[in-house]
Amino acid sequence: MSPQRTAATAARVLSQLRRDRRTLALLIVVPCVLMLLVDQLFAGREVVFQTVGVPMLGLFPLISMFLVTSITMLRERTTGTLERLLTTPLSKLELLVGYGIAFAAVAVVQAVVVSVVGFGLLGLDAVHSDVLIVLLAVANAVLGMAFGLFVSAFAQTEFQAVQFMPAFVLPQILLCGLFVDKAQMAGWLRVISYLLPVTYAFDALDRAAHDATLGARFWLDVAVVLGTTLLALALGAATLRRRTA
Amino acid sequence: MTTTIEIDGLRVDRGGVTVLHDLTLGVESGVVTGLLGPSGSGKSTLMRAVVGVQIVAGGRVSVLGVPAGSPELRSRVGYVTQAPSVYGDLTVRENLAYFARVLGAPRGRADAVIERVGLSEMAGRLVGRMSGGQRARVSLATALVNDPDVLVLDEPTVGLDPVLRRDLWDFFHELAEGGATLLVSSHVMDEAARCERLLLLREGRLVADVSPEELLRRTAAADLDAAFLRLIEEGGGE
Repeated sequence: MSPQRTAATAARVLSQLRRDRRTLALLIVVPCVLMLLVDQLFAGREVVFQTVGVPMLGLFPLISMFLVTSITMLRERTTGTLERLLTTPLSKLELLVGYGIAFAAVAVVQAVVVSVVGFGLLGLDAVHSDVLIVLLAVANAVLGMAFGLFVSAFAQTEFQAVQFMPAFVLPQILLCGLFVDKAQMAGWLRVISYLLPVTYAFDALDRAAHDATLGARFWLDVAVVLGTTLLALALGAATLRRRTA
Repeated sequence: MTTTIEIDGLRVDRGGVTVLHDLTLGVESGVVTGLLGPSGSGKSTLMRAVVGVQIVAGGRVSVLGVPAGSPELRSRVGYVTQAPSVYGDLTVRENLAYFARVLGAPRGRADAVIERVGLSEMAGRLVGRMSGGQRARVSLATALVNDPDVLVLDEPTVGLDPVLRRDLWDFFHELAEGGATLLVSSHVMDEAARCERLLLLREGRLVADVSPEELLRRTAAADLDAAFLRLIEEGGGE
C-alpha cells in the first residue's frame, strides 16, 4: 500500500467536500439543530434527554457518512472515474482507506461540534470522557461510510442511493434501543435487534454515557462495530471490479 | 517500431451477443494507429480489452509483452474513455494533481500537460462548469501526465474545433515520434487521414488493416469516407 496514493485520495475527497460548502454546513449544522430540538422536546424531562442525547450525538455521523459515501461512490461509478482509477496503480485498498481518512476527518469535526453543543450548551453528561464519545462517533462514521460504500454498488441512480437510507439505516436506528429499550421489545424484535450492527454502536455509546464500569460487554460492542466495518469494507471492495462486462 | 499491443483471437460477448469476433491484430509503437468504424462497431470494447477492463470470452490480449490489465501496466498504459472521466467538482489543476500523484508522475508535469491541451488559462476553473470539449481535454491531460508508453484514446477529439483538433493530432504524432504507441479511435473519416495506419472495424470484425494511402489506392475511391463505404459494399475483407 502506498501512503502517497492513499493520502492523495484522501486529499482529493476532502477538496471535493470543501467545494461543496452547503453540504459541509448541513453536515455540521443539522445535527446541532436536531440536538436543540430534542432538548426542547424533552424540556422538563431531563432524564429522557440524558438517556437519548449521548447516543444520538454518536449516531449522527453514521447517518451522514452513509449518505455522503453512497452518493460519492455512486458518482465515481457512473462518471467513469472509478473505472479510470482502477486502470491506474491505485489499489482498491488505497482508494477505500483514502475515502475512510477523508470522511473520518469530517466526522471528527462534526462530532466535536455536536459534542460542544451537547455537553457544553445543553448540559448533556457522560460518565466517561467526552473524548471517548467523540472517538465512538468517529468509529460510527467509518461504519456508516463502509455501509454506504457497499450499498452504492446496488444503486443505479442517486434516487435509489438516497432511498437506501430509510431502507437500510432507519430500521437499525429504530431497533437499536434508542426509541424503545431492548428489554421492552417483543422477543423476535430483540433477536433482530442483536443481529444489526447499529445496535452495538448504540450500546457502546449508551455504556460510555451511563455505565460506570466499561466491562467486557463494552469492548464486545466496540469489536462488533469495528468488525462489521471491516466486513462491509471487504464486501464493498469486492464490488469494485477492475474488469466488467 | 515494435509491436506493443498483440491481440490474438479476441472474442468479447456482451449480454449474450458477440460484439468482437476472433480479432487478431497487432499495434506498433512509433506511429498513430487509428481505430475506425461506425458507432456500435466494437471500437470502445476493443479499447477496453486492451486496457484490461473488459471481460473477454476468448483469445489473448497482451500489451508490452504481458497480459492486458497486468498490474505492471497500470502506470505504463494511459486510457481516455469516450465520456470524460474527471471530477467535475475539482478544478483542472486539482484533477491533474490528483492523477499525477496516483500515477507517480513528477511534480510540474501537471502544468506542462495542462498547457499542452490548451487549458492554461482555465487551470483554476471547476471542470464541471466547462464545456464538453474542454472537459474532454482535461480527461486527455490526466492520461498524459505520466508520459505512458501506450496511449489508448477513445474518441479524444469529439466536439473540438478544427484548430484544436489539428493541434491535438500534432501532439499525438509528437508522442508517437517519441516512441509511444497510440491507438486512437474516431468515427470521423477525416481524422483517419492523420493516422499512419488504420484499423477498420465493422460489426465486431476487422474489415481492413491498412495505411490511408493504401486504402485509397485499393478501393480507387476519392476520399476515405467513400473508401470505407466501398470496402463494406464489397463485403469487407482483404
